[in-house]
Amino acid sequence: MLQAVKSANPGSGDEPWVGRSIERVEDAALLSGRGRFIDDLGVQPGTLHATILGSPHAHADILSIDVEAAKRLPGVAAVLTGSDVKAVTTSLVVGVKAPVECWPIAMDRVRYVGEPVALVVATDRARAEDAAELISVEYRPRGAVVDPLGTLAPGAPVLHDGFPGNLASDRYFRYGDPEKAFAEAPHRFSIDIRYPRNSCTPIETYGVVASHDAGEDAYEVLANFQGPFSIHTVIARALKVPGNRLRLRTPPDSGGSFGVKQGVFPYIVLIAAAARVTGRPVKWIEDRLEHLTASVSATNRATTLAAAVAADGKILALDWDQVEDCGAHLRAPEPATLYRMHGNLTGAYDIRHVKIRNRVVVTNKTPTGLNRGFGGPQVYFALERLVQRIAIGLGLDPLDVIKRNLIDAGAFPYRTATGALLDSGNYQEAVALAVEQGRLAELKAKRDEARAQGRLYGIGFTAVVEPSVSNMGYITTVLTAAERRKAGPKNGAQATATVGLDPVGSVTVHVASVPQGQGHRTVLSQVVADVFGLQPGDIRVNTEIDTAKDAWSIASGNYASRFAAAVAGTAKLAAERVAGRLARIAASQLNVEAADIVFAKGFVASRHNPENRIAFSRVAALSHWSPGSLPDDAGQTIRETVFWTPPELTPPDDEDRINSSLCHGFIFDFCGVEIDPTTLETRIDRYVTMHDCGTILHPGMVNGQIRGGFAQALGAALFEEYAYAEDGSFLTGTLADYLLPTTTEVPEPEIFHMETPSPFTPLGAKGVGEGNCMSTPVCIANAVADALGVADITLPLVPARLAELVRGAEPPPPDGGAIATPAREGDRRLRGEGAASVKGAPEQVWAMLLDPATLQSVIPGCQSVDKITDTHFRADVTLGIGPVSGRYRADVELFDLDPPRAVTLRGGATGALGFGNAEGRITLAPDGNSGTKLTYSYDAAIGGKVASIGGRLLDGATRVIIGQFFTALARKAGGGGAEGSSFSLFAVLAKVASLFGGRR
Amino acid sequence: MTRLKADQRHSVRFSLNGKSVEGEAEPRMLLSDFLRHQLGATGTHVGCEHGVCGACTIVVDGMLTRSCLTLAAQVDGCDLKTVEGLAPSADRLGVLQQAFRRNHALQCGFCTAGILMSLDHYLASNRAPTEAEIRDLLSGHICRCTGYTPIIQAALEAAAELASSKKETSDA
Ligand code: FES
Ligand code: FES
Repeated sequence: MLQAVKSANPGSGDEPWVGRSIERVEDAALLSGRGRFIDDLGVQPGTLHATILGSPHAHADILSIDVEAAKRLPGVAAVLTGSDVKAVTTSLVVGVKAPVECWPIAMDRVRYVGEPVALVVATDRARAEDAAELISVEYRPRGAVVDPLGTLAPGAPVLHDGFPGNLASDRYFRYGDPEKAFAEAPHRFSIDIRYPRNSCTPIETYGVVASHDAGEDAYEVLANFQGPFSIHTVIARALKVPGNRLRLRTPPDSGGSFGVKQGVFPYIVLIAAAARVTGRPVKWIEDRLEHLTASVSATNRATTLAAAVAADGKILALDWDQVEDCGAHLRAPEPATLYRMHGNLTGAYDIRHVKIRNRVVVTNKTPTGLNRGFGGPQVYFALERLVQRIAIGLGLDPLDVIKRNLIDAGAFPYRTATGALLDSGNYQEAVALAVEQGRLAELKAKRDEARAQGRLYGIGFTAVVEPSVSNMGYITTVLTAAERRKAGPKNGAQATATVGLDPVGSVTVHVASVPQGQGHRTVLSQVVADVFGLQPGDIRVNTEIDTAKDAWSIASGNYASRFAAAVAGTAKLAAERVAGRLARIAASQLNVEAADIVFAKGFVASRHNPENRIAFSRVAALSHWSPGSLPDDAGQTIRETVFWTPPELTPPDDEDRINSSLCHGFIFDFCGVEIDPTTLETRIDRYVTMHDCGTILHPGMVNGQIRGGFAQALGAALFEEYAYAEDGSFLTGTLADYLLPTTTEVPEPEIFHMETPSPFTPLGAKGVGEGNCMSTPVCIANAVADALGVADITLPLVPARLAELVRGAEPPPPDGGAIATPAREGDRRLRGEGAASVKGAPEQVWAMLLDPATLQSVIPGCQSVDKITDTHFRADVTLGIGPVSGRYRADVELFDLDPPRAVTLRGGATGALGFGNAEGRITLAPDGNSGTKLTYSYDAAIGGKVASIGGRLLDGATRVIIGQFFTALARKAGGGGAEGSSFSLFAVLAKVASLFGGRR
Repeated sequence: MTRLKADQRHSVRFSLNGKSVEGEAEPRMLLSDFLRHQLGATGTHVGCEHGVCGACTIVVDGMLTRSCLTLAAQVDGCDLKTVEGLAPSADRLGVLQQAFRRNHALQCGFCTAGILMSLDHYLASNRAPTEAEIRDLLSGHICRCTGYTPIIQAALEAAAELASSKKETSDA
């Protein structure tokens, strides 16, 4: 079922443009292939192209990097390794005070799969990739740790000496008197949560073009970066130039970000360094594997949350213990994900006593950064799961427990225990409206009916406060009050907007909001058109940013849902300032008081005598053509830039109370889900989402934000997880492994609105883009828990996980069944066996197996075999597994020789695409027909890039390759063939085809 | 069959949106890269380069094709249609494109070209598709911005409009 989308209604011209769903000015170009995304723009002739060689290991020392062969390849301009980058840059700043460095490329040691190890710059991308394959890196693997609690365990491998025990920060907070509340409360409920890693994965990947002017030691960078521009200072510092020598620009269009494109900044440093080293502009466009493996991810978090609860379900106190996993490096602005919600740890509830322990840990996974929802999903998953558990524990209706705890409608502005100032709202009314308009009673009846028929049907609820417009000072809550005093105050959220009038009186608006598809240009044209009494089409809006020329501040950018609340409001202020001056000019020309002036329908007119008027463009142009004729007090009307920061955003106080965000929307969701009893697939039957985001500027876009966030949250709830094996191998490197929801999984949510304007923003608007990423995952989880009657729920709710919940762990397969045991999740060991018959006596076959020349001709893809000793061979092999092929260097040693009957081979292979090690036993026996019966068994483990993108194919591909080896051996010996029933090229091709063809 | 030398550039000619075009490509060059970087037809986007996201979808000889899984050399002599060929003129949008704009069926617009191509191709031969059919067709495309329903709505509206305008022409 689709909900009608309200379309534009030009109307009479009297009602304001703000609040109408006009068509977007952005769309004509985007719909006809004329978008200007970073990779669509031309570059300076002679621009070089970069490719990055990433680490196949999660944790290893780099013993050596041999780049000579790569450098010799025609077209290669430079190969940079850690030391080359170190020579021209300095470490990125780290978010906490600790003796730890954070480089955009590995120095001596890699700490996550995909961490850059070398950068190749060549005349074109293909040449650069060819060269990257020729780089040979010798690693000495270390133990890896991927679990946030495991990393704290004594004896866990340590990533950084400056973070002893992998602990980057450990802070305790206390608000009110939580100990007393817990001691006196009749009930205590507690929940343990593991929130998984996921990412909003924009469809456009990162892109950077950088150049360096050696004369002025100045960098120019074009990148699809999204802000916050506090990162500009991080980049400039890393490049060792003052801010005015780093000109950072953004392209006109960006293919989605959802926070993620903040994470391009380490690559900006890398590519800028390459530009400096080569003296030429360098361009780099990330590919999807790189993006999934090594761009950025949301944090995963282990949380224990306890509540002190009265008999009626009233929550008296909360006790949070959060362990935040920021991956291998604590990159700016982390640990912001953990502190963004600090003022909102009591959610939509009136809870006065709170205890918190916040720990930040490092593990061998991709470093984390901005992601839509930013800390909200992790917090609300714990809080709202706990509310459901309280209801069940006390025999109450979950909705009643929510209602009992909601902040009173009369209490706004309401200061939470941890310091947030909730600006406005009426949560009770929003819940009541949603229950009625969303037909909760009907949904409950449906559940009763379904259950009566024995079906698995459940209902979930969530109430969420959605913070927007971040306080730039919230992150300093990670420091103690004393440390903050030393560092100086940080707070506020400067928004900026410029309104300019040109010599023919047409209006241009510029903002530093860096949209990534949200239609900012359209909304700003509405806002400014209203002020000037013009049509949106009369206003031209530019949202590109150029830090060398534009007004910006560290808070600029597209994050924390700040556009509608802060940026659009600032544009209104700038337009009003210009309009005030124009009114004075017009008043003198029309001989009326300035107070009598109105702007309407393209004219500046007297309110009392509308016939007394002058065309807007005439007044607007006057500053250019005849500044001398302006009244003295009018000032110029050519260009006005307004900076706006809300006074409510103060730094954390001495008791660690922090107003982490300016605006707080409210969301109340409920949904019905049905779970298939056989497949355990979760289907969303109905999803109701009620939003109060203050004043709505463009209903179509607000609903677009809600739908988009909902779809991403649905993915997070049901499918998406950045999965790692225990050894830190990354397992979801393609979009066929990291599953995103498609048209067949995303239903239309039923959206309802209520508008309680924010008293703190110029337009009364609040953010709306992130709310469903916070509310939806836990709402669905609550519904699934209700359907299955289970207490513990972990995302994503893939059928295999629900099966474990409902049916217990899967029993091991019966012995001797499968030939090659398929890997469990996280276990990529491959085992198999087979047989071949070969002409010739065992002695002859034995000699062949030990002869380098024979081996070279029978090993699939073998380039060369060197005999190091009698029992040690080194081979150079090109292998293709699934969609990747690459060169590997293999070392094979022979053990337990029993000529000519049996031998054990043990070896390892490493290459740009991954690594593997294997052990196999070959036995030879006369087949009684003057030939030899050869049997083999192997046990192999494979990691690195092949594991990320070919994981599901490895098993089949390994069998093919081993089969090929024995077939070739048999052919070489003159006859026979492999009989291993496991060898079927056709089956593997079919697998590959299914990977790329129809999914699901 | 002609054998192409791996390390040489070969000339590739085909018809792109009704105009003949020509360029040079190594055998390994992907069609998506050839369109974008050799011919400057940057409307076709690349989101994954492994056939899953659908952003690079174009029409080759009347068949929907992932240009990221196709080599430039493969389409020598073929007839290609891309998003640049959808609008009736530079300053006017086609029926499907207009429906997208009306329904806010795009945000960043990065996925849009591929989705438009799939729909344009499908609607040409399916006059009255159901919502389920459109959802099924588009399940091979990923959009991270819109949550899909406005796209479905736009497709259904465009289908209805196309059907009625066809009817008018045939009635006339
Ligand atoms: S780029 Fe071709 S399907 Fe994703
Ligand atoms: S509109 Fe952004 S991915 Fe579809």
